[in-house]
Amino acid sequence: MMKNKYSIFSLIKNAFSQHENWKQAWGDPEPKKEYEAIIIGGGGHGLATAYYLAKKHNMRNIAVLEKGWIGGGNTGRNTTIIRSNYLWDASAGLYDHALKIWENLSQELNYNIMFSQRGVMNLAHNLQDVRDLKRRTHANRLNGIDAVWLNTNQVKEFCPIINTSPDIRYPVLGGTLQRRAGTARHDAVAWGYARGADEMGVDIIQNCEVKGIKRNRDQVEGVETSKGFIKTKKIGVVAAGHSSVIANMAGLKLPLESKPLQALVSEPVKPIIDTVVMSNAVHAYVSQSDKGELVIGAGTDAYVSYTQRGSHDVVEGTLKAILELYPIFSRMKMLRQWGGIVDICPDASPIISKTNIKGLYFNCGWGTGGFKATPGSGDLFAHTIANDEPHKLNAAFNLNRFVSGDLVDEHGAAAVAH
Amino acid sequence: MFLINCPYCGERDQSEFSCGGEAHIVRPKQPTELSDDQWAEYLFMRKNIKGIQFERWNHAHGCRKWFNMVRDTSNDKIYAVYKMGEKSPIE
Repeated sequence: MMKNKYSIFSLIKNAFSQHENWKQAWGDPEPKKEYEAIIIGGGGHGLATAYYLAKKHNMRNIAVLEKGWIGGGNTGRNTTIIRSNYLWDASAGLYDHALKIWENLSQELNYNIMFSQRGVMNLAHNLQDVRDLKRRTHANRLNGIDAVWLNTNQVKEFCPIINTSPDIRYPVLGGTLQRRAGTARHDAVAWGYARGADEMGVDIIQNCEVKGIKRNRDQVEGVETSKGFIKTKKIGVVAAGHSSVIANMAGLKLPLESKPLQALVSEPVKPIIDTVVMSNAVHAYVSQSDKGELVIGAGTDAYVSYTQRGSHDVVEGTLKAILELYPIFSRMKMLRQWGGIVDICPDASPIISKTNIKGLYFNCGWGTGGFKATPGSGDLFAHTIANDEPHKLNAAFNLNRFVSGDLVDEHGAAAVAH
Repeated sequence: MFLINCPYCGERDQSEFSCGGEAHIVRPKQPTELSDDQWAEYLFMRKNIKGIQFERWNHAHGCRKWFNMVRDTSNDKIYAVYKMGEKSPIE
């Protein structure tokens, strides 16, 4: 099926021509006059949506519009953590659906997304943390998600560089571990989905900014873009931090606030931490990339901003916590720091939903933790767009929950509270 | 990160303040008569503007007083700061 299947043989063959004859992985088309559906936003979620629309719902005449370059937004700006140990049933269903797709995604896409199930450990630093995290492991196991509780000694055994001394400000009282969780290469996810979607005929149009949404009463008719007007009857918006901006174009208001979320990486060093460790109470999480950099996640600024940079005090707070938990990192130099704009829902759960405008769908509100859901989000959003009905796994994540009050309140239950 | 000119204390670091979100959302006068849609609008729906936004701030680590601010969320530039109950100097 693949036009240019990547394999050991294609690698050897191309080695003979100094790797100069690899074919372009996806095209650079000009937009057509009309599409069956248009996806706004060429990040991981948007490209995955297009991929599953083409693959599972046979919608081939579709386009992904990206104002910059694909994967250049939050897909390329996150800490690449994948896990599914959420408290509520609806979240567990959603995130574990994604995790199951991750487990086979490299094979499916014929693209090495470097998925590594190195485990994610969540630390407890006070009695309430211990109770909450134990409750979460029980809830996880009832939902068929692997989770174990570790005491302080087991935490130390699993990750020896953690300072488990009882006399630090927030001592480690234990933690939970999801062994199936881990990380993946974020860029490869976008590229793999783009290549897969392109092969099935999806137009991936970069440097094409959406300027307006045209609607005739309650039905969408198309999008105004920097490359002209494009007609369509179905629009899927996957614009992350800029979801409200697109919603405003259609005259909609969403329950979102957009804030800068920061992360940073250190200079590369030899392997020192072979898992992902997160801590809610002191707000620090760390893993090590395949290049050897420590990947550290900080928090969000507590005000709306689209500036793609964050406050210094947020990074400072995170690094203080990192240093107390890992004194061994005290001489590390940080190489890069960046901010991405995340759209946060009042209940810290995403929206994958129809709207009251016919043909307009939103996939947003992933807040500080959308990367882990990329394949599942794309799959379920494609289902919602193709059938004009949600899949049972994303039915709870509708926009109407803010009217009915049936929230999926992960805010108090998230692994890291932002 | 930026400096905020508190109307009571003068210019201070932003980390001394906490943001209370969008300003001028009036609490419904007769909550019992509100429909679910109107409640959702009041509680959850936000303009979340990229550009000039009106918002409430509190000088949490200072005088602890609330005030309003007009800020461009695309570059964090502050255009006006005014006390609660006062009219915005910018429309």
